[in-house]
Amino acid sequence: MSDLRLAWRKGLNVVMLTLTGVAAFAVVAVLFLILGYLIWNGGKSLNWDFFTKLPKPVGETGGGMANAIVGSLKLLFLAAVIGLPVGLMAGVYLAEFGGKTFSFVTRYTTDLLNGVPSIVMGIFAYALVVLPVKHFSTLAGGVALAIMVVPVTVRSTEEFLRAVPASMREGSMALGASKWRTIARVVIPAASGGIITGMLLALARVAGETAPLLFTAFSNRYWSEGWSQPIASLPVMIYTYAIAPYEDWHRQAWAAGLVLLALVLLANLGCRLVLNRRGNYRSV
Amino acid sequence: MATSATAMDRAAPPESGLRAFVHRWRNGDEVAHVITLVFAAGILLITSLLVYELWINSSLSRSKFGLMFFWTRVWDPVAGDFGALPFIYGTLVTSVVALVIAVPLGLAAAIFLAELAPRTLSDAIAFLIDLLAAVPSVIYGLLGIFIVVPLMRRVIGPALKSTLGFLPVFKGPNYGVGFLTAGIVLAIMVVPFIISVSREVLLTVPREQREAALGIGATRWEATWQVVVPWARTGIMGSVFLALARALGETMAVTMVIGNDPKIVTSLFAPGYTIAAVIANEFTEATGNLYLNALIELGLVLFLMTFILNGLARLLIVATERGGGHPA
Amino acid sequence: MKKIWITALFLFGLSALAGAKPGTVLLNAAGATFPYPIYSKWFDVYHSAHPNVQINYQSIGSGGGIRQLQAGTVDFGASDGPMTDEQLAQSKVKILHFPTVLGAVVPTYNISGVGGDLNFTQKALAGIYLGQITKWNDPEIAKANPGVKLPGDDIVVVHRSDGSGTSYIFTDFLSKISPEWKSKVGTNTSVNWPVGLGGKGNEGVTGLVKETPDAIGYIELIYAIQNKIPYGKVQNAAGKFLKADLAGVTAAASGAVKDMPADFRVSITNSPGPASYPISSFTWLLIPAQIPDAAKKSAVTDFLKWMLTDGQNYNESLSYAKLPAPVIAKEQKAIALIQ
Repeated sequence: MSDLRLAWRKGLNVVMLTLTGVAAFAVVAVLFLILGYLIWNGGKSLNWDFFTKLPKPVGETGGGMANAIVGSLKLLFLAAVIGLPVGLMAGVYLAEFGGKTFSFVTRYTTDLLNGVPSIVMGIFAYALVVLPVKHFSTLAGGVALAIMVVPVTVRSTEEFLRAVPASMREGSMALGASKWRTIARVVIPAASGGIITGMLLALARVAGETAPLLFTAFSNRYWSEGWSQPIASLPVMIYTYAIAPYEDWHRQAWAAGLVLLALVLLANLGCRLVLNRRGNYRSV
Repeated sequence: MATSATAMDRAAPPESGLRAFVHRWRNGDEVAHVITLVFAAGILLITSLLVYELWINSSLSRSKFGLMFFWTRVWDPVAGDFGALPFIYGTLVTSVVALVIAVPLGLAAAIFLAELAPRTLSDAIAFLIDLLAAVPSVIYGLLGIFIVVPLMRRVIGPALKSTLGFLPVFKGPNYGVGFLTAGIVLAIMVVPFIISVSREVLLTVPREQREAALGIGATRWEATWQVVVPWARTGIMGSVFLALARALGETMAVTMVIGNDPKIVTSLFAPGYTIAAVIANEFTEATGNLYLNALIELGLVLFLMTFILNGLARLLIVATERGGGHPA
Repeated sequence: MKKIWITALFLFGLSALAGAKPGTVLLNAAGATFPYPIYSKWFDVYHSAHPNVQINYQSIGSGGGIRQLQAGTVDFGASDGPMTDEQLAQSKVKILHFPTVLGAVVPTYNISGVGGDLNFTQKALAGIYLGQITKWNDPEIAKANPGVKLPGDDIVVVHRSDGSGTSYIFTDFLSKISPEWKSKVGTNTSVNWPVGLGGKGNEGVTGLVKETPDAIGYIELIYAIQNKIPYGKVQNAAGKFLKADLAGVTAAASGAVKDMPADFRVSITNSPGPASYPISSFTWLLIPAQIPDAAKKSAVTDFLKWMLTDGQNYNESLSYAKLPAPVIAKEQKAIALIQ
């Protein structure tokens, strides 16, 4: 009897452990499938026109997404200029100056902000930036994305600042530097690798966001000039083209998807490799 | 800071009043403190403003429908009658389907990575899985429309119907789009989170636990399943909550494959609607303030749901990391 | 680090000053997907002729057009469902309706083995969309199509998920032919559909029908033609089955031309007459009666004048009918109402 039971246990052992291996490789296989499908379909559709031309009238083939590519870059620029300094400064506060309760409240609120669904961010930016001035604008889209950039930046800045050894701080202070000089000239530069990669990851994350742009930046068939006009962006174009029936638009949606994914993955790959080498890797 | 007597200790007696105030401003530390404090407070300000805007801009709908809003099945823009139930239902169903698929898959993969795989392979795979987490939602939607929907229609749907077709959840016509398709796409999107967090949590389980189990004759699997995983279970629960929170708020991928029909049906093949999807579809065209307020109230509901879940998730993950997750 | 921030801020400030090139007039518009193909063609051609005028039109559905116009976030809107009296009353500025083209809504379907020209009686369409007729080989459909092999599959009904003028036209037609529809569901850009999947925009419905076997949907004629999908004949008030075409739509409008109201809001669905295509409609541009910005105002009035003359020449190639001459004349006079 006990032999049978032992055989059962051993058999179960092998089966379950194999299943876990299968699960892991299944998940990885999905990743490669996604990449492969996008590269195949998107690669077929990429051509010089895609990067240089404006969209054509509905139903006509050809044209490109030049304005959407530039649009996404402009929106990212705004998100960076508005959101990154806020994140950086708040991160410095939490790591270097924070009082106990206020820090706790700030951290909790930052996490809360991080968990807000992006569509709700869109509503917020609409109420805040679009309604008062009565038009959709690049600025509104940029603000929505900037708010989303802040929490990730705060967390990663705080983490990497904390990781700087106390000895560096104390050494600097022992030489007579004031606290703020220490932070500015010693601590931040020491943590700069991690901080910058954290910022890049935050930007890579918002680069692919669509929902907050639907009713803030809206979209534009032409080049958008200045900051107060609606603007086209890659994610919104992908969405619009994917749900339409025109084959040519589907082709362009794949191409745009490939470009977007390439940007996001390259940024992530680069950042994580850098972080790994420094040994400061922490996920989520 | 130094406590022994130094040149600093022999400084002048503490200043008071206006002089002190002005001198503090010349001290860079105070300035830096205040500036960074302002930015940190700015985050609190933004978040409060967010909640405030959601609250204020949904006032018409809140006062008209009150708590019945959560119980009404009707979504009728013509008659001006709005209810959140179909969307809450859709949001919950798609998320539950996603978890039912993603949790076993994710946990199994995490176990493999934490317990069985050699460290380098484990790190490499974990790295790749983190890349999956970075893929934008609209790209999942793109793949959903052109791969998952036809697959559902031609392969998965018929297969399920022929084997499990007697279950009420698998009855009804199969369109390709619907709750099940949305659930599958969501599952792919949240699996990386479950794997990533669970793996980390499993890695923190002390070696002694495993060795003790193996020492008394357990197989690898028994040691893992009956000792290691329970030890880490609060953290794993946390990862599930995190994944759930992400699934609830997901907009684009779901909108593209769910069928956009605000109905409550048992069949998983039927089209449905989620809170995020209806806001994305109808926000720009909500004619009339009541309609817009109702949509924003839905946004408020979603915000609260994700708020509570994220809070719970953080608590659970922190509890594991601090106390070793020993069952309370 | 500092240098990067300073340069970034500098560039930002610089580009903020850049703004639009002087003399460029940027008009933002949004609304109906029904006429989107002809509008995007028009705006493109107009832009080539007048390079300093850019009209950015986003097809988000008629409901969206009306809403954004009311909110003041666009310069003008477009809708195939005329604004109701309540909506007009809600608007701070008076809104003028300008018909642009005549179009047709067609029932498109995806049934394997069945090509174009399926006949739909009025009862059949109402029954399908009420959810009462559920299979393709239902007698109501079969009796109008002797000799056609209809499968016993379930009908997959597709409607609009967004606020849609095309929905308005279709539900207007259904309300006229089916008292049950009128009382249960009604006419509007966004209704409580008894059954079906929702697609976003004419584009979304076309896409869904194209990809889903046994589906039926209602879309503007040009979407069926451009995507090469079959569409059926509809029974008109006189009992004849007509396929949508320019002649049928023009015939449907001819009756209304004589009694065209001053604000151009009129319904021409289910028009009497043997040659009238029953699901026809005007579609309108919604222009505010007061446009404070002088450059924008002249761009809008110029475009309208162009639209009523040269623009009409593009209609037929995209399967929209031209506006009847008396209507054009009336509109040209109405342009003067824009202050």
